[in-house]
Amino acid sequence: MKKMTKATVAAASILALGAGAVAAEKLTIGLASEPTAMDPHFHNLGPNNAMTLHIFDRLVDQNEKQQLVPGLAVSWKPIDDLTWEFKLREGVKFHDGSDFTADDVVCTVERAPNVPNSPSSFGTYLKGKSVEKVDDYTVHFKTAEPYPLMANDISTIRIISDEVGCGAATEDFNSGVAAVGTGPFKFVSYTPGASIVMERNDAYWGEAPIWSEVEFRPISSGPSRVAALLAGDIDMIASVPTTDITTLAANDEIQLSQGVSNRVIYLHMDQFREDSPFITANDGSDIKNPLMDVRVRKAISMAISRDAIVDRVMEGVALPAGQLLPEGFFGVSDNLEVVAYDPDGAKALLAEAGYPDGFQMTIHGPNDRYINDAKIAEAVAQMLTRVGIRTAVETMPRSVYFGRASRGAEGDLPEFSFILVGWGAGSGEASSPLKSLIHTFDTDKGFGSANRGRYSNAETDALIEEALRTVDDAKRQELLAAATESAIENVAIIPTHFQVNTWAARKGLRYTPRTDEYTLAIGVTKD
Amino acid sequence: MTVFVIRRLLQALLVVFLMSLIVFFGVNVVGDPVYMLVSPDADQADIAAAIQRLGLDRPIWEQYLLFLKGAAQGDLGDSFIFGEPALQLILQHMPATMELAFTALFLSIAIGIPLGLYAGLYPDNPISKGIMATSILGFSLPTFWVGLMLIMLFAVELGWVPATGRGDLGSFLGIRSSLFTLDGLSHIFLPALNLALLKISLAIRLTRAGVREAMGQDYVKYARAKGLSTRRIIFVHVMKNIMIPVVTVMGLEFGSLIGFSVVTETIFAWPGMGKLLIDAILQLDRPVVVAYLMIMVLFFVLINLIVDILYSILDPRVRLQDQGS
Amino acid sequence: MTDMTSTSTPADMTAKVETPFQSFRSEFFESKIATVALGLLGVIILLAVLAPWITPQNPYDLGQVDVMDGRLAPGSEAFAGYTMWLGSDGAGRDLYSAILYGLRISLTVGVASGVIALLIGMTIGLVAAYAGGRIEAIIMRIVDLQLSFPASLVALMLVAALGKGVDKIILALVVAQWAYYARTVRATALVERNKEYVEAAQCLGLSRARIVFRHILPNCMAPLIVVGTVQTASAISLEATLSFLGVGLPQTEPSLGVLIANGFEYMLSGRYWISIFPGLALLLTVVSINLVGDQLRDVLNPRMKK
Repeated sequence: MKKMTKATVAAASILALGAGAVAAEKLTIGLASEPTAMDPHFHNLGPNNAMTLHIFDRLVDQNEKQQLVPGLAVSWKPIDDLTWEFKLREGVKFHDGSDFTADDVVCTVERAPNVPNSPSSFGTYLKGKSVEKVDDYTVHFKTAEPYPLMANDISTIRIISDEVGCGAATEDFNSGVAAVGTGPFKFVSYTPGASIVMERNDAYWGEAPIWSEVEFRPISSGPSRVAALLAGDIDMIASVPTTDITTLAANDEIQLSQGVSNRVIYLHMDQFREDSPFITANDGSDIKNPLMDVRVRKAISMAISRDAIVDRVMEGVALPAGQLLPEGFFGVSDNLEVVAYDPDGAKALLAEAGYPDGFQMTIHGPNDRYINDAKIAEAVAQMLTRVGIRTAVETMPRSVYFGRASRGAEGDLPEFSFILVGWGAGSGEASSPLKSLIHTFDTDKGFGSANRGRYSNAETDALIEEALRTVDDAKRQELLAAATESAIENVAIIPTHFQVNTWAARKGLRYTPRTDEYTLAIGVTKD
Repeated sequence: MTVFVIRRLLQALLVVFLMSLIVFFGVNVVGDPVYMLVSPDADQADIAAAIQRLGLDRPIWEQYLLFLKGAAQGDLGDSFIFGEPALQLILQHMPATMELAFTALFLSIAIGIPLGLYAGLYPDNPISKGIMATSILGFSLPTFWVGLMLIMLFAVELGWVPATGRGDLGSFLGIRSSLFTLDGLSHIFLPALNLALLKISLAIRLTRAGVREAMGQDYVKYARAKGLSTRRIIFVHVMKNIMIPVVTVMGLEFGSLIGFSVVTETIFAWPGMGKLLIDAILQLDRPVVVAYLMIMVLFFVLINLIVDILYSILDPRVRLQDQGS
Repeated sequence: MTDMTSTSTPADMTAKVETPFQSFRSEFFESKIATVALGLLGVIILLAVLAPWITPQNPYDLGQVDVMDGRLAPGSEAFAGYTMWLGSDGAGRDLYSAILYGLRISLTVGVASGVIALLIGMTIGLVAAYAGGRIEAIIMRIVDLQLSFPASLVALMLVAALGKGVDKIILALVVAQWAYYARTVRATALVERNKEYVEAAQCLGLSRARIVFRHILPNCMAPLIVVGTVQTASAISLEATLSFLGVGLPQTEPSLGVLIANGFEYMLSGRYWISIFPGLALLLTVVSINLVGDQLRDVLNPRMKK
């Protein structure tokens, strides 16, 4: 993909211009959650990242499958072990008419990690990197150690204007003064809680949008969002509740678009405490943590019918999972299959591990974070109870859940024994979950920050770390796949399914689903 | 009177202080806001940095003292989520809620009193019985359930009004409100009706009870004996006597309208401060929750105070003194 | 009058031949609607109490709930062989069983919060009325302040600060409601304390406590019962609303309110039974309590007498 030339992009945009530029049409989209600011560096949060992408571009773009494609940079390559060279696109103009140059990149990289009051900073992706302007259309990114994921990290940063953006505060972006980018749409208005309006950037360097004006409206209640679409108030909605998909599919006036996301839903098991807080023997007495025995973890995996979860809980809108990312993503293993449902095998394995009558356990999960999260936790508990592991369910709002799940116990340790969580691979490849969920919890190296089960395996760690040092794509792909296999064979986590997202639009409109779950106006096309 | 006002305000400050204490510490016990904020990609160092930036690494009592210090200067802290002053956020969202609550109040009086009057005048009429039965439903059905039903009926099936959101704003006498445009009115109708349902029932019942009581009283009998027309008796004498208590009670219910707007705003995606509050609660945005609470307490105390002062001006028999009624 | 014990039903002063209770009873049953409502309420309470013995499934025992039974239409047969007359919800709970178990929780929440708030409010109100002076002024200021603040917001704030759970929601509802009782008791007690029988009792040298609890209190019971029924009904509704807002009770042991809140997402899906039946159960419960309360008010309020 990197080899795509300027000429092909230009050709594509000319074709698109011919098709749609004449139309003056407004598109209104209902969103489930709204961004917290128009400042692209304020809050590293899905809704913000999707919204700012309309106004701002990135050096390296992620397409709908999260593959890296040229954005404001036309090419990038490592020129030595510690330096990546990015060649910038020439002739691109900001919405205020000024030229895009290397200066804009340099000031963006300086501002992005340092936004005052930022709840979640983009420093995560820029740590250990420095930027250097070589000439107006060339920049160098340098690191202290060889770093293969440079382009992935850079693809999270939206480029703002040196003149109006870099010195501006978050309020200036919200008011529109500083919301000047190079993207396909220009800022018109932002009314928190009510609407965000944008108009077409006719001077856009890429494929011009077919919509002359776009309005986003946050409608957090699922049924209300569906009703607003049915009433004709809005043209399209994101995050269609699974409960309404069957009815909407039968409605001739509505067009559904579905696509698998980068988000895996999985079970994490306490593998570091001999005496796990939410596990007891059947009579309520303390027992040695059975989850430390790989046979028990395997048995749990076999006791879970992923098909039942997908069919019954998710109403068919999900994919059974056997690893960390769905097929097609970089670093996925070809050798892993979804674990088959085998309750008898699970019972036998439990008996072999010394638990012929099972034990008691509590599953904890959020109830407002993932699609149908509380129902999934309940279904898992039902299935485990059937093989003898009497499982209670406790679900809570994410505001309570994540803090406790991460460091609720004494010594800032994870509080729970057995939890339901999800992970979306923002970088679009397997190192993201491997680094954060599977690698040993290690504050110094910054690994395992979401490893709430504290799985720790030297062999898996070594594979992950080697992958993160390997710049060669083919070799890294192999290492990531091997690390995934090692983690799944040792049942570090139990993946249950990959989320599938659904968008619904009025007849005649179609959305190109994205694995990153973003809702972008540019992805809405007419039949 | 000055002493009275000052004393009242001091009491209000005490209540604000106590409530802020409870909520400040309470929200802190419930969960850890940091994990609501940081990106999943953040590593341990990023998380530690975020905790420090929000001041959450300090002991809770120290955070509270800092908050009090700021509050004394009118700074209620910045929202964890939006990074903006919590006070400013709430004031931004307040007009939408006020306009919704006032419209609902107007609807409940405009619909409730005539219906209640009818039911009170003809208590044995089947229509009256129907009105009373429906008013019980108004009390009993959960607001969120009715809200979605209203959307399904009026917006989806009949297509008369939009399903969600606030319409265009218009200006009148320097006030910007969606009540001054047609688009705005069509948007506010359903949410205001939904919010008003409970109060319509209340107005019906109050009016009916008042009318029934009044009709049996001497002054009505006397007016009848004098040969006044029924119409005149009802609209001049009876109404005059029941309107004041009914409207007063309804006015006092204004607070509860603001309370229930949390639900209505969620269903109708109304950009008011109720929605802001519930989002803040669900995301542990402590500064916004605490600031909302403090503003509301002050708001209601002020309303009460104004009502009391007005009474004392209108009715010389009422003397302002610091006692419950 | 003065010998009435505190739990007896309030008396009708005009009755000469019948005992007060008999007259109260006959007046109450004059209204057909109220009679039906009382009967219905009796049945509802009975069903809730008997739930474990008359339902095919224990919805809290995950060994008995099967996700494969999820979203079955009314009348379908469950995997375990029994018929789900009201259908099942998304998790595979038999709605008939879940509603009866949910009723238990909702009634417990409503009644427990009502009774506790009544006891607290009553005590505070009586203290205020009897003590008078400065204490009364302070107490009534607090009551006024509390009443000026919407109960729904008080409950919402408290549940947000306390977290989920039956005990926490009861506590939140008590805090939100006690002031109504305090105001009612004080208002009634004020009238009573100026009556002759209290003066007579004082002259006899009876202790304050005795006068308050044996003499004034019984006379406050009538309005208290009326306020109590209304507040209990509103507590049940408020719990449903809090659950809808995501701060109420845990989803796996659903109250009626949680069942309705869960059913909310199915309202447009064509699977009407998931939200309609629990909604209907809540409606019947709240309406019958309100109707009984209405009639009690009419019977106990001498001014409404014909």
